Amino acid sequence: MDNSLTPLVLKRLLVPTLLHLGFRKTLTMADEVVLLDFWPSPFGMRVRIALAEKGIKYEYKEEDLRNKSPLLLKMNPVHKQIPVLIHNGKPVNESLIAVQYIDEVWKDKSPILPSDPYQRALARFWADYIDKKIYVSGKKVWQTKGEEQEEAKKEFIGHLKMLEGELGDKAFFGGECFGFVDVALVPFYSWFYAYETCGSFSIEAECPKLMAWVKRCMQRDSVAKSLPDQHKVYDFVLQLKKKFGIE
Amino acid sequence: MEEKQSEVKLFGTWASGYCTRVVLALKAKGIPYRYIEEDLKNKSELFLRYNPVHKKVPLLLHNGRPVSESLIILEYIDEYWNHSPKILPDDPYKRAKVRFWADFYDRKLKEGTVAIMTSRGKEKEKAIEGFLELLKVFEEGIAKDFPEKLTFSNSQPLDFLDIIVGSSACNYEAYNEAVAVVVDPKRNPLFFQWMTALKECPLMKESLPPHDKLVAKMKSFQSRSV
Repeated sequence: MDNSLTPLVLKRLLVPTLLHLGFRKTLTMADEVVLLDFWPSPFGMRVRIALAEKGIKYEYKEEDLRNKSPLLLKMNPVHKQIPVLIHNGKPVNESLIAVQYIDEVWKDKSPILPSDPYQRALARFWADYIDKKIYVSGKKVWQTKGEEQEEAKKEFIGHLKMLEGELGDKAFFGGECFGFVDVALVPFYSWFYAYETCGSFSIEAECPKLMAWVKRCMQRDSVAKSLPDQHKVYDFVLQLKKKFGIE
Repeated sequence: MEEKQSEVKLFGTWASGYCTRVVLALKAKGIPYRYIEEDLKNKSELFLRYNPVHKKVPLLLHNGRPVSESLIILEYIDEYWNHSPKILPDDPYKRAKVRFWADFYDRKLKEGTVAIMTSRGKEKEKAIEGFLELLKVFEEGIAKDFPEKLTFSNSQPLDFLDIIVGSSACNYEAYNEAVAVVVDPKRNPLFFQWMTALKECPLMKESLPPHDKLVAKMKSFQSRSV
């Protein structure tokens, strides 16, 4: 069939015919995926990365956390927090739970968790470590000053070094392939400039292997497109500091 | 089905609900294991070698490979020994829901019970009020997402939420006696009903710590944390 005719045939003949034959349901029943998020949230970034890894089309909805939308309050009445993944109207809350959900539903493409049970347990362990340690200790770095800040820096760097030790000489935390632990940790890279500037230290100097890993992750479209610019995050942190009267 | 020959060791402490979780999961699956009581004031070299990061119980050692953190251990047990009874549901959305409520239970309720134990006077009253509000949220959430829990019968196999919650909440009588009345049929009838039924399950009965010993332990912990 002549190339120039094909679109016309499709538009005028094929699609209406198929619709008429009752394929409407099949054609229009694509997955509906919505992500309620807040641009500087490392937890939101995790879900963005997972969706991008799987090539899932979704609607991104920016939340104003000082004025939470009725949708957010309806979809996450318990914690009232982002990110919230909404799949065909059903909410999944907590970033690591959402990432695992994405991996389990869209299981035929780009696996995020390994298939071996022991490797999965290890991946969950380190993701849990990141959840418990990195956000809280990083927050203390930009929220404090003087003696308190020195302590906070020591703690934060200690956790990064622990993770760097676990990474070792591997390309990614799970080995050759980008996976769950990488997704859990790399969003914090967008906050590194803020931590470093507020705390007057260099993460590159302290953890060079970890920075090399960051560069490898940033080569992936899914990561590069999901993380905001570090300077933008720093400006946001400055605003927060002003708001809470820090320094 | 291939017989999975393996050596399973569990390092735990008798009073820890987190350890009871692993005991319940292993027993529910019929997995033979060796239990090692760990003295937390004098941790063994073996324990520290296999659990250098958090140094906490429970620690599962499977064919010499360590798995720690109770929720992670439970998912590991369910995935490695993937015969029935299944601990987690197969459906991804239901799995997300049980993980959500397990996380809520651990981060909010379990932490809440410790906060009550370590506070006094007005602060303790505030901690109790806060806890009860969270218990209401939990109860309503479970009623909405897992209504079958409210008609739990002890002939059912234990699943993820039964194990996570029951391993500590089934000791409510000990907690009510030693610390404060927090599980009350009038305030939380549905939760109370679930725990009362769960408590009668044979596997739960044989795995929970003895009441009097637990009361004494809780009282001692409370008085030490003044």
